[in-house]
Amino acid sequence: MNSQLAQVHERRREIHRIERNQIGRINEQMRRLDLDRRYLENLSERTVAQQMQLDRIHERIAVLQSDFEPLAAQAAALRRQLVENRLEYSLATGQVRSITVGDLVHVYAPNQLHFLQRVVLFFQHIWSFLSEYPREANTEGGIWPAIFGTFIMTVLMSAAVTPFGVMAAIYLREYARQGLFVRAVRIAINNLAGVPSIVFGIFGLGFFVYFMGGNIDRIFFPRATEMGTPTFGTGGVLWASLTLALLTVPVVIVATEEALAAVSRGVREGSLACGASKWQTIQYLVLPAAAPGILTGLVLAMARGAGEVAPLILVGVVAFAPSLPVDGLFPFIHLERKFMHLGFHIYDLGFQSPDSEAAQPMVFATTLILILLVVALNLAAILIRNRLRRRYASQAF
Amino acid sequence: MPDPAIKTAVTPQASVTTSDVPLRADYISVRNFNFFYNGVHQVLFDLNLDIPERQVTAFIGPSGCGKSTLLRNINRMNDLIDGIRHEGDIFIDGHSIFDPDIEVISLRKRIGMVFQKSNPFPKSIYENIVYSLRVAGRHRKSELDEVVERSLHAAALWDEVKDRLHQSAFGLSGGQMQRLCIARAIANQPEIILMDEPCSALDPIATGKIEDLIHELKKQFTIVIVTHNMQQAARVSDRTAFFYLGKLIEYNSTEAIFMNPINSQTEAYVSGRFG
Repeated sequence: MNSQLAQVHERRREIHRIERNQIGRINEQMRRLDLDRRYLENLSERTVAQQMQLDRIHERIAVLQSDFEPLAAQAAALRRQLVENRLEYSLATGQVRSITVGDLVHVYAPNQLHFLQRVVLFFQHIWSFLSEYPREANTEGGIWPAIFGTFIMTVLMSAAVTPFGVMAAIYLREYARQGLFVRAVRIAINNLAGVPSIVFGIFGLGFFVYFMGGNIDRIFFPRATEMGTPTFGTGGVLWASLTLALLTVPVVIVATEEALAAVSRGVREGSLACGASKWQTIQYLVLPAAAPGILTGLVLAMARGAGEVAPLILVGVVAFAPSLPVDGLFPFIHLERKFMHLGFHIYDLGFQSPDSEAAQPMVFATTLILILLVVALNLAAILIRNRLRRRYASQAF
Repeated sequence: MPDPAIKTAVTPQASVTTSDVPLRADYISVRNFNFFYNGVHQVLFDLNLDIPERQVTAFIGPSGCGKSTLLRNINRMNDLIDGIRHEGDIFIDGHSIFDPDIEVISLRKRIGMVFQKSNPFPKSIYENIVYSLRVAGRHRKSELDEVVERSLHAAALWDEVKDRLHQSAFGLSGGQMQRLCIARAIANQPEIILMDEPCSALDPIATGKIEDLIHELKKQFTIVIVTHNMQQAARVSDRTAFFYLGKLIEYNSTEAIFMNPINSQTEAYVSGRFG
């Protein structure tokens, strides 16, 4: 029985490896070639060079097809093997049931396990929940793509919001002449923090996806665009991150401005009296001293961004993404890909799944993970702030 | 109005005309200087005075008399404030500091400044001292090491901190911090050191150390010191200027100001009857 199960696991891994890696790689190349092929075939007349290119593409496709077929056959054979054995078992009532061995994921007898085994099993389940791909329309399996998507999106968002917010704050606090205009800008920034997030989503869809993405597609992927398959002109992890960066930039600006204002006048004057320029003063003294405040603002922004769902629905989140935004295929980081997100995953599990009753434990577990993530980010903010505060503790007489 | 007879008084060892004698009696020269905050609020009134090279000149006077404002004009620190305006001119070694061709940064490189509240940077002792060299683009380690040792020796701080140069400057005592600020001010070999009440936050022992230091430093630097403490002015300075309500009341050798003041207000102030 156990050896059978091990065999099943082995086969499933093999199928996964073939389908995701090898077939995935071929599919990716096929997709690109196919785009060019359709584009060239749709032309009413082709130049000699184009005709030659088309012929080359046909050859390449044929080669890929011949690579693909044995793999597909192998995968199909493995799948057949999965279902060829059936397990017959009898219930306590004496009824006899049967199930294909290939449908089994775990087999264990909970009542026969002693305490330690149960603990181990418990943690195994938690680990597989965190590290596996979802199965059966998201209602089974793990949430790894959603965790990873949330993580990647938060990292990209931070990379975008930090320079933008910090530069804006430095300009407002250090360079701009304090007057009516700057006051108006500050009020606008504070109001921006209160705008409903779905509005940011709509803005992101209009500006990032349609305008910027559309233009990028027109310039860099003209053939794909002509064939009606947008690359950047549709929601993706890049646009989602930038939309969230806009959403969280007020938090960073406000925190940075306060941190800059807290740097003592004495230090600034001392620096200028040493013959430093204003920018040198900011670079060498003001920014390092303001770093704790800036970091706190950033982590608060991350916590806010990581939990946000509404705008993401419009700019790139999906219920199930076949591939992660980062994988082994060139160029490794695919910013145009759609991604999964914990917040949206909760919505999908709880309200969109065919059997939401059955998915309830998944919803609770996913919610817990998301809350833990946000709490961890907030705790990190507090710890970083306290640490840096001690380091830059102001002089006392 | 300042007495014209007073402002032309020159110390005996300095002379303007002969180039054989390098020390100028009008090394810093303030001419008809008026200064306004917010464009209209006048705080300095028609000041004229000459500060001699390599001597200590003290500015005294009650709070709000404009002595700090004048001091901060010499290295143009007041540029930081919005809405300031000045009339007249200040010359250093014969060149106007307001000359549009002179960059304010290069001016400040020639002038070290020590503030009332010691303001070490949140960096190590070493980095505090080499800061003015780093911002000038000088990073050669041998040079920096040499400057740190020389400046700390000059500020009489070397023996106390030589074993912890790379520790935070905030670990020093108040008096040490202020001497560190002096070391920082002289690190880049300025010509002038401006001191804005450098001892007002220090205890008598630390004050005594800094006063001794000023005596040493004047061999190399032209020093202008603002002080509230008249005994201090008497102890450290060669010349003293008494300001009242933005006007220069009397300016003379320190001995004359304290022993034999011409103006009755000066006499009242130095004898402690007002201010």
